[in-house]
Amino acid sequence: MGPNLFINYGEAVAMLLFGIGFGNLLLQSNLIKKIIGLNIMDTAVYLFLAEKGYIAGRVAPIVADGVQDMEAYINPIPSGLVLTGIVVSVSVSALMLALTIRLYRRYHTLDLDEISRQLKKEGL
Amino acid sequence: MDFVQNFPCFSVILCLFAGILSSGLKDKAAMRVNTCLLGIVTLLSGATLLYTLQTGQSFVYVMGKFPAPWGNEIRAGVLEALTALFFCVIMLLSLLGGRHKLLEEVESGKTYLYYVLTDLLLSSLLALVYTNDMFTAYVFVEINTISACGLIMIRQNGRTIEAAVRYMIMSLLGSGLLLLGLCMLYDLTGHLLMSNMKESVARLAATGQYEIPLIVAIVLISVGICIKSALFPFHAWLPDAYGYSTVSSAAILSSLVSKGYIFLLIKIIYRVIGFDIYGDTRIIDVLFAFGLMGMIFGSLSAIKENDVRRMIAYSSVAQIGYIYMGFGMGTEAGMTASVFHILSHAATKSLLFIAAIGLTDVSGGSRKFIELTGAGYRNKWAGAAFTVGSLSMVGMPLFSGFISKLLFAQAAVQNHVKMLPALIVLGVSTILNAIYFMKTVIRIYTPVGYSAYPSITFVKMRVYAVTLVAFILLNVILGISSQPVVDMIRQGLAMFS
Repeated sequence: MGPNLFINYGEAVAMLLFGIGFGNLLLQSNLIKKIIGLNIMDTAVYLFLAEKGYIAGRVAPIVADGVQDMEAYINPIPSGLVLTGIVVSVSVSALMLALTIRLYRRYHTLDLDEISRQLKKEGL
Repeated sequence: MDFVQNFPCFSVILCLFAGILSSGLKDKAAMRVNTCLLGIVTLLSGATLLYTLQTGQSFVYVMGKFPAPWGNEIRAGVLEALTALFFCVIMLLSLLGGRHKLLEEVESGKTYLYYVLTDLLLSSLLALVYTNDMFTAYVFVEINTISACGLIMIRQNGRTIEAAVRYMIMSLLGSGLLLLGLCMLYDLTGHLLMSNMKESVARLAATGQYEIPLIVAIVLISVGICIKSALFPFHAWLPDAYGYSTVSSAAILSSLVSKGYIFLLIKIIYRVIGFDIYGDTRIIDVLFAFGLMGMIFGSLSAIKENDVRRMIAYSSVAQIGYIYMGFGMGTEAGMTASVFHILSHAATKSLLFIAAIGLTDVSGGSRKFIELTGAGYRNKWAGAAFTVGSLSMVGMPLFSGFISKLLFAQAAVQNHVKMLPALIVLGVSTILNAIYFMKTVIRIYTPVGYSAYPSITFVKMRVYAVTLVAFILLNVILGISSQPVVDMIRQGLAMFS
């Protein structure tokens, strides 16, 4: 496992970043920090995909200079998945930010625990 | 290719277009478009179900005519068509039953947004049910999450926004894990279509190559979906989200959204990983244990609750536990019981939510138990419906809940190791269910001499009463003539593998 980990350092970094993002999204009580965690987590997955799709010495699959040989290009599907994933994560982040603004206007704080406390006081 | 084979694709596309169309319409028109859409999709799903029953096999619809390893596919068998049909019927009834509350609780001029969201939700549910491509499934999981979040916060008060934020956070954690697991599986197999993935996974399992990464991927996907469908330790967001949103949303969320994810997990177990390989990973033991804990702790929280809507919400936690317990048995019979429980719980829980709102409405809008005294006399239809739902949840014969409990017990007997804990917890959970549901039924039928709240008559709530009757009929039909449905589920599961 040791040498494998060193060769695939890109994937290892992606997993570390995923853990950091996951932990932030789960444990932070500040909403903005949670959203930052969400973005780190998603980006880590994209790094993992990009790392997996890359083949050393080849270029992005855009035909240039008339080279049609398959051996010259990397696998385009992971890149396509990354693009789709980015669209999803942008929309989710936008929704979360909109919700955060709503909560901030109402309770003047970004702390989710503090908001829960105020809600209990309201007795809704 | 028969024309019917286009129907699954048509239903998904129709829902997406109806959503786009409704965003430019007025409230009333959007509501009509939504109702028509649900009717049409119900018919299309019914036709698909008949077709698959007649031909006796599933079919694959190739999107854009790109052949297998490259293109995107839709696959429909008996189980998919049955689930889609059921989802449409439940959604239609939930929306009809909660319509008057929606008009009350959402600003006028904004209810069309609600119908846009439900159209999109239906499209994502159908896509989750029909798709044969893992990445498409992930994208529609996210669409499902976003529209469900909209359904929670359409009623604007502090509680619902907070509930929506908590729901989003848990859901995003779940979909993050799902995406990572999916990418690992793609990396291991080199495919995104479920059928191709299954071949590769079988090859990997046979040779023992990449054993640990495979298990990690399976665990990540399972845990991700468990978080999203609120299995026991991950249920913290659930009572607020179901308890304070508008009633149609609560019914749809509890009976459809979480079930959509569970259905995806069933598809992954059968069509991507393979039932036997999934059983060998021992993750089913973890699902079994958490399912059992959910059955007990969900019911205990429900007993402690003093708010009828939150009580019903906590009961959902227990019912999700039942479903995962069925997965955990690791047998065909357990799976059949789980799938039947998905349908039965969907029919019962939405009935309970819709009936509870009728009871609280004749109690001055209060949801505390003390105010509900005698509410069953003030709104007779809602009282009867709530009683039927409660009896079904407790597991009385004649109603659907009995059949699912029977199937679970039969499945438990077949599995020697897990028989004892499963049967004991099943019994305990039934008693706990009876405690809190019967407590409520007795409460709503306790006579009060003088009531501060007026009674309500049939004339004032025609749509609501008809919806309740339809729900009751659905429950009784599932309870009395369960055999055809169970046969269809068995046939559908056989088609999966």
